[in-house]
Amino acid sequence: MSIFSRNPDPIGPLDYARRFWLRAIVAVTLFFLYAPIVGLIVFSFNDSRRNIVWRGFTTDYYVKLFNNEALMLAFGNSLTIALFTTLFSTVLGALTAYVLWRYRFPGKAIYEGGMALPIVIPEICMGVAMMVFFARIGWPSGMPWPLNLSAITIAHIAFSFPFAAIVIRARLESFNRELAECARDLGANEYRVFRDIVVPHMKPGLIAGALLAFTLSLDDFVITFFTSGPDTVTFPVKIYSMVRFSVTPEVNAASTVLILLTLVVTAFALRMQNRNNMIGNAAH
Amino acid sequence: MSDEPIIQIKNVSKIFGGTVKAVDEVNLEVKRGEFFALLGPSGCGKTTLLRMLAGFEVPTHGQVIVDGQDMSKVQPNKRPINMVFQSYAVFPHMSVEQNVAYGLKMDRRPAKEIRERVAEALELVKLGGYGKRMPDEMSGGQRQRVALARALVKRPSVLLLDEPLSALDAKLREAMQLELVRLQKTVGITFVIVTHDQSEALSMANRIAVMNAGTVQQVAPPTTLYEQPANRFVADFIGKINMIEGDAVAAGDGQVKVTAPVIGEVTLAGTATGKVALAVRPEKIFVSETKPTDPAVIAVKGKVGEVAYFGSYSNVFFDIGLPAPLQADISNVSSDIEEIIFTAGEEYWVYWRKSDTLVLG
Repeated sequence: MSIFSRNPDPIGPLDYARRFWLRAIVAVTLFFLYAPIVGLIVFSFNDSRRNIVWRGFTTDYYVKLFNNEALMLAFGNSLTIALFTTLFSTVLGALTAYVLWRYRFPGKAIYEGGMALPIVIPEICMGVAMMVFFARIGWPSGMPWPLNLSAITIAHIAFSFPFAAIVIRARLESFNRELAECARDLGANEYRVFRDIVVPHMKPGLIAGALLAFTLSLDDFVITFFTSGPDTVTFPVKIYSMVRFSVTPEVNAASTVLILLTLVVTAFALRMQNRNNMIGNAAH
Repeated sequence: MSDEPIIQIKNVSKIFGGTVKAVDEVNLEVKRGEFFALLGPSGCGKTTLLRMLAGFEVPTHGQVIVDGQDMSKVQPNKRPINMVFQSYAVFPHMSVEQNVAYGLKMDRRPAKEIRERVAEALELVKLGGYGKRMPDEMSGGQRQRVALARALVKRPSVLLLDEPLSALDAKLREAMQLELVRLQKTVGITFVIVTHDQSEALSMANRIAVMNAGTVQQVAPPTTLYEQPANRFVADFIGKINMIEGDAVAAGDGQVKVTAPVIGEVTLAGTATGKVALAVRPEKIFVSETKPTDPAVIAVKGKVGEVAYFGSYSNVFFDIGLPAPLQADISNVSSDIEEIIFTAGEEYWVYWRKSDTLVLG
């Protein structure tokens, strides 16, 4: 074979996976994305207090974690807040999305823009604003559990329901309005149309919105930090305070649990959504 | 059955945004048990009119009377009218059965009655046994049947159909045309169909209202509409037609004397005077190599221009010395190719009966 012969298998125009630079970019991206997470999980099994070098496998820190009462309390707080936030954000988000989709009213554009503000406002500002606000109106503190979490929960709902609203609004764009008219024609009033026809169509949006609200609330640190008191510590805030002393494998273990929980919830939501999409897309 | 029309539309107008007149002073009556079609080009107001019947639009003024009751301001869910939507609007998350049962459920009928009537309605549209299917497991034609069953199961006094065949392929469309006519005869319910497809309207409807720019141009049975169109718009919209511009003066006794270029002076049945169009359908035109002697025909000399062969007939354009060519549909009655072939440049006598000539104002 002479040196002038062509490469027997040249890279085709759509063979992106065979181009060196594209491969390199993908590899680097994946590395920086996943290496820290994998490291975190691996070192949660490290048998070393200082957690700098690998000293052998152990699950001790998971046992310790579940025996750490303060951490478990923070975990319970976080889940409670996330649950209420999810519930209220999804309902508020759905209603907001429906109103914006269904009706025309003066100042609609302004309202729509204003509603998205919590998404673009820096979180630190939201946090400070919330802290000042609750202090100014004298929101009662020291109430029994779970009422003591009300301030944090309200703050979480305020910043996460716009996300839910946007997701649900997007879903509504694909709604065939003839379906609603048809239900009306068959004898349904406005409420029945909403319940029987619009909500089932919204469902994938509702699930996505709920998932967003749940994860936003569960791992929120900044806003929570400003609105939480000594007796209302959440999981991320607690981890932060633990890190300030030292990064022990216990912190890694706690983070791993949080990751696992988020993954499970997400997988569950995606499953439900896929099923719904399959039904929803058949409409057209 | 009373003779009172089931639908009376009285001086109905619909103005959108204060300026756009979608429907302009329309008066219409639909008889009980009739298959009625609203026909017109897109944007002529036919769909708006239908939506006012269904209750999705409120007339700006005028009355919509159904079964003797003014329905103009009644909510759509309170009207004895059901509609088959253009997209069929079959609820995707409900089975066929649930779809058909939905309207009866809204009426709070007992479960047993709902079951029976749903089964009956599905049988009627030949979907017996499909009750448990989901809409995504059905073809477009089947989904349309679901939409039909769902509307008919409520036993409305009027069934509205919005372009029901536009989404079907040609073959299915033809089958469905026959099916709709059969269905309408079986159930005896008044059907009002909106369509922009003239062949659909002509083949199915008992009477047709031709609309243009928000107004009704003519209401008539299909044959009258085709053979005696009331004006140029209807003549032009329904089928093909040749029009020769001329001037007419009244000649008494329901006749007019028309003077037109090439044709000269001719006395025809008609009432329109002033600037008129002499109109004749292409299939009513004959050709001959010799000048016809029958005084009851109008004959002109024509030179063959473009020819389109369609098998059973040929569409031939004759240059008769006017700006617009005269088109004739010549039936290919002979199998002798020599005899039926037209070659550009050949000259013939082109003629048609005076009684087939329309004088349109």
